[in-house]
Amino acid sequence: MLPLFAAFVAASTAVLIFAGGLVTSTGSGLSVPDWPNTYGWFMFAFPTSKMVGGIFYEHTHRLIASTVGFLIVVLAVWLGRAEPRPWVRRLGYLALGAVILQGILGGITVLWYLPDAISIAHASLAQILFCLTVTIALVTSSGWKRGYTADRQGPRRFDEDELLQRLAIATTVVIYAQILIGATMRHTGAGLAIPDFPLSFGHVIPPYWDSKIAIHFAHRVGAATVTVLIGAATGHVFFHHARRAELRRPAILLLVLLVLQITLGAITVLGHKPFIINSLHVVNGALVLVTSLVLTLRAHRSRFAHVARTFLPDDLSDEVPRAKSEARRAKSGETRDATNEYGGARA
Amino acid sequence: MSRISDRLSCAVACAAAMLLISCGGGANESTAPASSGAAAPAAAPIDPETTGNVSGKVTFEGTPPAPQPIKLSSDPYCESANSGLTTETQMVGANGAMGNVFVYVKDGLGNRKFAAPSEPIMLDQKGCHYTPHVIGIQVGQPLQIINSDNTLHNVHGLAKANKEFNAGQPIQGMKMTHTFSTTEVMVPFKCDVHSWMNAWVGVLEHPYYSVTGADGTFSLKGLPPGTYTIEAWHEKLGTQTQMVTIGAKETKDVGFTFKGA
Repeated sequence: MLPLFAAFVAASTAVLIFAGGLVTSTGSGLSVPDWPNTYGWFMFAFPTSKMVGGIFYEHTHRLIASTVGFLIVVLAVWLGRAEPRPWVRRLGYLALGAVILQGILGGITVLWYLPDAISIAHASLAQILFCLTVTIALVTSSGWKRGYTADRQGPRRFDEDELLQRLAIATTVVIYAQILIGATMRHTGAGLAIPDFPLSFGHVIPPYWDSKIAIHFAHRVGAATVTVLIGAATGHVFFHHARRAELRRPAILLLVLLVLQITLGAITVLGHKPFIINSLHVVNGALVLVTSLVLTLRAHRSRFAHVARTFLPDDLSDEVPRAKSEARRAKSGETRDATNEYGGARA
Repeated sequence: MSRISDRLSCAVACAAAMLLISCGGGANESTAPASSGAAAPAAAPIDPETTGNVSGKVTFEGTPPAPQPIKLSSDPYCESANSGLTTETQMVGANGAMGNVFVYVKDGLGNRKFAAPSEPIMLDQKGCHYTPHVIGIQVGQPLQIINSDNTLHNVHGLAKANKEFNAGQPIQGMKMTHTFSTTEVMVPFKCDVHSWMNAWVGVLEHPYYSVTGADGTFSLKGLPPGTYTIEAWHEKLGTQTQMVTIGAKETKDVGFTFKGA
């Protein structure tokens, strides 16, 4: 049940990001002037009949955020009680801290009239939170615990592809940087600073510049960089690891999402920021990020096993007898080569 | 030990989350009441027997854009209360007469000081739009903002020189009073609930301002003899200035013409 719940929390976080994108895209960020109350009502008591105009987007975002916050509280507690791996439990607490900070940033940005720095930080932390919930969902999944094909085909045959590991890390980091630039573009009103696409004022390089044009153009350069990196990473997977479904699937998904993202970006510019498309561009960007993250984590699968073999025995308590016995076996060398971070193969 | 610290950190985090979720008493933004206690500045003496006037008309040259219908479907009340609402950006009447132009004395009054009137300037939210669309007010003079609609509005003043504010008016008949502390031409007002709702407020130290009506005319009365810079401001077409010199009891006619793009 825990893996299923973790996946549900991750999916809820994606919905929350979409709702946040709608708030920005519709310019509704200040339609509810108070926080945490809504026009003086306790948030959950605000009448649905009064959710009109921009209030609909802003208040819905707050309700979804509260729900996701509650789900993450449950997830953190659940992980704390049931998860034997300390680093996974810590991920849960980290996600809880992130969602609390995210709520505070959301409140501050309303009360301080959407200062760019706070709004951009709010948007950027949302992506971190999404990465955390997806990571938790991934590492609690049965596939991760089995160690994928590595357990069946030998512990170090595939996992030690250092080029793929580096490419995947670089791709994920650059995608996140690209999202930061995108958030800066959204919150500084630079989304239409360059009105044409794919050229810029009819040129490859804009013939004139100001701060908004620079931010917008940086986002386009970032998109080109991300495209090259995703092409390199997925190409590497298809060429060298075509039989490994756990790498092939995110690679295919990454390419599909990339094409969709560029299309949404183009429509956003050429269509003068239709709010639904604009918001889909935001949430799809987040999906590109977490898909790249999944590829990165799976490419580093063996390293997690190594860390776990080193630390797990001392961290296990009496409450996790199965893991403890596996740890004992690991200590005695029975499963020395296994890549499962519990200390042995669990398939 | 690690397990204990995990539980402890979990408990602290949960407590913080619950505190965050349950805390109420939100900071419902409200603006300061009109300041009445401040010492009124001593006005430089103006002899009413010698004052003159500047009057004139603002016209538009070219083909004015037709007012566009506003889609009000995001709020059923607005749709029923004011279904024919159109944009007020460019109000051009017969013979090119331009309404909603803020005309004021930009320069020429020297260091004269003017006491702020105590009677408030009214800004109404009625039929899901601001009435009037453009107003002038003096520094320290109360601006009374009313919600005459049976729906929620937020009053968001996006001031730069003055303090930005954002206050909710969820109930019909609610009133609030706001005062400005310094000159600012213009302060944009908007309702973030209803994205089409906006208004403009010109804040001045003196009373020599006027907003053109449907006939495009304006009048600046009671000016002491002198040379003045008169500026006409329009929300879309920008500003124009003219120099004018008036003598004692003289009335000068000044015209402004804005051209279409």
